[in-house]
Amino acid sequence: MTEQIERDFLAAAPAVDFCALRLVDETAENLTVRQDVPEAPKRSIDRGAMVTVIERGGLGYAATSDVSAAGLRDALDRARRYAQFTAGRSVADYGAIAMPRPAGRYATPVRDAAERLSLAERFELLMQVSRAAKIDARIVDWDASLWETRTRQLYLTADGARAEQDFAFMVPTISATAHADGETQSRSSAGRYNGFCQQGGLEVLDHARFRDDAPRVAHEALQLLAAPNCPSGRMDLLLMPDQMMLQIHESIGHPLELDRILGDERNFAGTSFVTPGMFGSYRYGSDLLDVTFDPTRTEQFASYAFDDDGSPAQREYIIRNGILERPLGGAVSQARAGMAGVANARACSWNRPPIDRMANLNVEPGRSTLQDMIASIELGVMMRTNASWSIDDSRNKFQFGCEYGQMIRNGKLAEVVRNPNYRGISATFWRSLAMVGDASTFEVMGTPYCGKGEPAQVIRVGHASPACRFGDIDVFGGAA
Amino acid sequence: MHDATQDSMQEYFHALADHMQSLTHAGEITTAWLAAETSDFVRFNKSAVRQAMNIRQIALTLALIAGDRRIEVRSTLAGRLADDRATLAALLAQLRDDLPQVPVDPYLMIAREVQSGSQIAPNALPDPQQVIECVLAAGRGRDLVGFYAGGPVMRGFANSLGQRNWHESASFELGWSNYLRGDKAVKSSYAGTRWDDVTFADKARFAAEQLARLGDAPKALQPGTYRAYFTPTAMNEFLGALAWGGLGTKSQRTRQSTLMRLHDGESTLHPAVTLRERVAGGMAPGFQAEGYVKPAEVLLVEHGRPIATLTSPRSAREYGMESNAANAMEMPDSLVLDPGLLAQSDVLAALDTGLYISNLWYLNYSDRQACRLTGMTRFASFWVENGRIAAPLPVMRFDDTIYRILGSRLEALTRGQELVPDGDTYGERSTRSVRTPGALVGAFTLTL
Repeated sequence: MTEQIERDFLAAAPAVDFCALRLVDETAENLTVRQDVPEAPKRSIDRGAMVTVIERGGLGYAATSDVSAAGLRDALDRARRYAQFTAGRSVADYGAIAMPRPAGRYATPVRDAAERLSLAERFELLMQVSRAAKIDARIVDWDASLWETRTRQLYLTADGARAEQDFAFMVPTISATAHADGETQSRSSAGRYNGFCQQGGLEVLDHARFRDDAPRVAHEALQLLAAPNCPSGRMDLLLMPDQMMLQIHESIGHPLELDRILGDERNFAGTSFVTPGMFGSYRYGSDLLDVTFDPTRTEQFASYAFDDDGSPAQREYIIRNGILERPLGGAVSQARAGMAGVANARACSWNRPPIDRMANLNVEPGRSTLQDMIASIELGVMMRTNASWSIDDSRNKFQFGCEYGQMIRNGKLAEVVRNPNYRGISATFWRSLAMVGDASTFEVMGTPYCGKGEPAQVIRVGHASPACRFGDIDVFGGAA
Repeated sequence: MHDATQDSMQEYFHALADHMQSLTHAGEITTAWLAAETSDFVRFNKSAVRQAMNIRQIALTLALIAGDRRIEVRSTLAGRLADDRATLAALLAQLRDDLPQVPVDPYLMIAREVQSGSQIAPNALPDPQQVIECVLAAGRGRDLVGFYAGGPVMRGFANSLGQRNWHESASFELGWSNYLRGDKAVKSSYAGTRWDDVTFADKARFAAEQLARLGDAPKALQPGTYRAYFTPTAMNEFLGALAWGGLGTKSQRTRQSTLMRLHDGESTLHPAVTLRERVAGGMAPGFQAEGYVKPAEVLLVEHGRPIATLTSPRSAREYGMESNAANAMEMPDSLVLDPGLLAQSDVLAALDTGLYISNLWYLNYSDRQACRLTGMTRFASFWVENGRIAAPLPVMRFDDTIYRILGSRLEALTRGQELVPDGDTYGERSTRSVRTPGALVGAFTLTL
């Protein structure tokens, strides 16, 4: 079928400055067992195409779920009308931008395909995990879920470029809620937003310790029930990777997206405190901070060989030794800003156009062991697993909360605390980075739910990080 | 033949539904939920077009139920009936093959009472090129950034018992922000079903006047508590947060509701607070994805006290209750906060000295048990002194509980309400909305 679509597109493509087709064919299955009761399987088949036309400097897109020859011709007509009408009315002369001409293939390495298990076996696995979470009468709600997605993408230009990519995504999740004496606390395997998501097959479940993790999740929910509120005050903060991923995402990733810096997102997602003049000299963090855009780590959630404008993807330093080096901007944004960026023009599906997204954005490991970091803290709190996030539209004033906290006193882990929160300002927070964990503390995580754009797009991102220690942070707990 | 591109979408859907019904075996029930739209989306930045597009999408969620087992698949369709009938048959055959592997679902509920209906609003939308011209004209000499979304949205339900429901409306929403510098901006919106150049020009002129005020030196604020007035747009953010896990039966029965203390009688909201889910006057269909038809109204909170929660058919079976045809997420589609007594013309005088907050941004719970929310002020918000706007506000972070904002510190709700459409376009254009007054609050806590 793909070959026919390819022939139909090439036959129908008009003689314009640039014309491209992006075909997406995605199948997914989401299975959940809640309180040991299987819920109806939810499957999806999402197939459609977006065409891009650039003519006389104008840019038009059209998308359709009708991928017949007639459907593609109609989409090309609609995109061309927009290109013609927006010519001379656009933020840039799109005809002057050298759009990439990719060639190649990419496929997620899958060691243990999900299809090895029948539907009944997948349910049985979830049932075992669910049953293992009910460790106490005070566990009042619990669930286990598996979300598997296969995505095939074909990118063509009318003048012969061709890139084909096949992805496999796996998202396992466990959660448990405990209640007693008027208090409720929830705990999850890696956050409500699926931090253990990765590319691959059933081997992702091993990384997530999925088969064995439910008792730990439920036990920690019970621990939190009995725990005091996190105390308030300025103290050291030790963030584990499943909170570091959120910290990286919100206060490094979004402010460095070049379309935000160019103002495209100011009506919705917001602007950025970062300006073009900062790249190359601005001290974003302490000299321990190294941040990379890394689409080459094959198991990570947002790895790929080409972005959705066809740019070949490669690893780049974004921040090195604390100094800001380059923004997260794809081919169009790079041309508009006159700056080098990365291959991150991405669309969530066939019905949305590419915009600058962070993809895989990672903090590189340092040299400290977890034990060294704990031992170095006189008074502080270790926080795990994001539960709450809020940040201003310039990506500066933030407040984040976690599911699970544990005090550190005199160099040793002490009591568990509930509702741990902290707040700060991006521009100064990363300069308080005092220690960076070594490879033994490093975890590859991500989320399927990064929202941005008009029209809105929710997209997969990956964040790998070691544990990190920050000094003198404003920490507080829940209401008394 | 009723191709979606040549005939009405309703006829196309009914033809597909009839085919589904004909393929259904004895002992089976099949259901179909259709979500389709043809949307024009235009993004503006720096008073020019950034991206313009037209999106045509049709998706059908087909469910097969037999022997207390259920399985479903959502699939995009081409809109050509002959091809889509074949696709539907193949999807159903695959579901039938796999259903025996699905465990029995003790909480399965099936809409067996056939309640058909149809609501179609005529399409009177403008040509997007006309909108582009108007917006670019309004932005001339300014730094305008914005987004236009318009076109018909269709939702349909059918089942093999013969039920057919249809909802079709054509609407537009234009949101735009005029920027002065940095994050100093006025955000405006114009939504409806019929575009009027004069109405838009009036709104653009009002936004320009507000923008001029942002040029004044901002009032420096320290963390602390302040009197505050929240516009309906800002109130929509509080109500949107409550809708996220605060109003549903499942979250209440599993002790996770953010309004748990209200349900437990430990806290109350202000007697002026009455919350309803009311389909009439909203923008959402009067039926949900499993075929249940919504009641005209569900009273959720009356005079500050809890009355009911949104109950999906599944929760109804699980907890032995009546369903009120809530969606599976048990989130409101058409939430209404009743108006109060404060006249709009008296708002500044009643506020006296404090914060006039036009927009809030990025709300999230800092303590779900305490219904404590954090978030930011955004866009044109002002410091008011002695009943007069005195200076623009810098963006500030707040952290406060709904039990204070809509409870012990609520002083008044305005007499007028506004319908705030949900502008979400994740995957498809939302049909949700909130109708709310503005609110005057005696103490509101800023933290950063």
